Amino acid sequence: MNFVSLLYYKYRRFAKMLSIFAMILGPGIIVMVADNDAGGITTYAVTGAKFGYGFIWIMFLLLPVAYVCQEMTVRLGAVTKRGHAEAIFDAFGSFWGWFSLTDLTLTDWLTTVTEFIGMTAALSIFNIPPPLTVIGAIILIMAMVMSGRYWTWEKIVLVFCVLNLIYIPAAILVNPPVLAILREGVIPGFPFGLNNLVFFFLMANIGTTIAPWMIFFQQSAIVDKGLREKDIRWERMDTAIGSCFTIVVGVFIIIVTGTLLRGVNIESAAEAAVLLMPINKYVGTFMAIGLFDAGLLGAVCISLTSSWAFGEVFGWAHSLNQKIGQAPWFFIFRLVIVVAAGTVVLIPGAPLILITLFVQVIAVTLLPAALTFLVLLLNQEDLVGRYKNTLLQNILASVIVGAIIILSTLYGVSALFPELFK
Amino acid sequence: MRNILRVSIEKIREINHRYSKPRIRMSRGVRFALLMLRLYLIFLVLILAYKFATMTVLK
Repeated sequence: MNFVSLLYYKYRRFAKMLSIFAMILGPGIIVMVADNDAGGITTYAVTGAKFGYGFIWIMFLLLPVAYVCQEMTVRLGAVTKRGHAEAIFDAFGSFWGWFSLTDLTLTDWLTTVTEFIGMTAALSIFNIPPPLTVIGAIILIMAMVMSGRYWTWEKIVLVFCVLNLIYIPAAILVNPPVLAILREGVIPGFPFGLNNLVFFFLMANIGTTIAPWMIFFQQSAIVDKGLREKDIRWERMDTAIGSCFTIVVGVFIIIVTGTLLRGVNIESAAEAAVLLMPINKYVGTFMAIGLFDAGLLGAVCISLTSSWAFGEVFGWAHSLNQKIGQAPWFFIFRLVIVVAAGTVVLIPGAPLILITLFVQVIAVTLLPAALTFLVLLLNQEDLVGRYKNTLLQNILASVIVGAIIILSTLYGVSALFPELFK
Repeated sequence: MRNILRVSIEKIREINHRYSKPRIRMSRGVRFALLMLRLYLIFLVLILAYKFATMTVLK
């Protein structure tokens, strides 16, 4: 009887922990999965086609990197209960605040353009014209926030996050050679050497895993959701699970194109989907659906990031728990971003594929600045109390910042002097 | 339009005034290092923009 009571107690305790976690989860998983946006899917697809499985080990290295960066954001948001933009203005003054806000807005807008590029490309495969996709996506993006409740918006977005896992069955369907994946993908190395192209894709893959907008988004989402200090351990778990999702999806996309399109010169995920259709129509269809979903998720979250940031700084009402009438500027600003981004995609002759890849690299190049401010903020005991960064966290963050600066420099040098890396 | 501009400029001035005294006092060296980091990253982005422009023209 004692054993049964103990078992029942443990079950009730586990069920209670699960229900608490279910209430808390959201910001971490959403930010990580949304990071596998249209540009990210394209980057992974092209990486697999160009380098086979050779970049998979790098993806596994990026898992703890993504977690370390976002975990700092969790602590800062839950303790200060302020968004990242407001935190920078308050801590560093208006000069650095405007610098960060301008950086963020520009990269956010460019990234939102790439989301619309992905969505239109994906639905073009099913013969849906781009203008219809753009209009439909804008309506859907704005409609998702009409409820005036953060929770409702979050649950809708989580459904789209689950859809992002569609690449897993796609990878299983291609019957990938597991031994080859282990040999080429898990053992670190650069079989293609170190040249301009490899640096570019290294930067693009890093940029598609960690980006400045993620710091601002997760902190604002935590504040809008009303998470507190006592929720930090659950939100850490949420972030860890999200990190795993983002890397797993990336790896599976590389496996799909690394298996079926290795050596084929593709420039986008949409092109990969078209080429995969005749080989395996399910894989091709999953690729297209996943690309649209990734673009939509990215557009939803990234446009919200800028709106939240501007709302925090300009003092507008800026919560998803408010309806349009209560927070008009918050919604109008977001509408302007998505409409402006969608319009670029409809410009005839715009170099959309190049924009998609370069925006990833630009985002990661500007990441050290955002991370530096985050680390400085988390070293202020009067701001975050006992949630201040430990020495290990500071070292890890510094290593990440340093590594990105070095890689960005190497890419910059290789871009100007390509003969140095032949 | 002029009215919107005037209101925006006033708002920006108000924000600058509100955040004129930063909570974190950084030494001159740290401020200089941060500025150099920002300018260096912007320089790298400009190199990217140059690469993007040359690739677009070549295509």
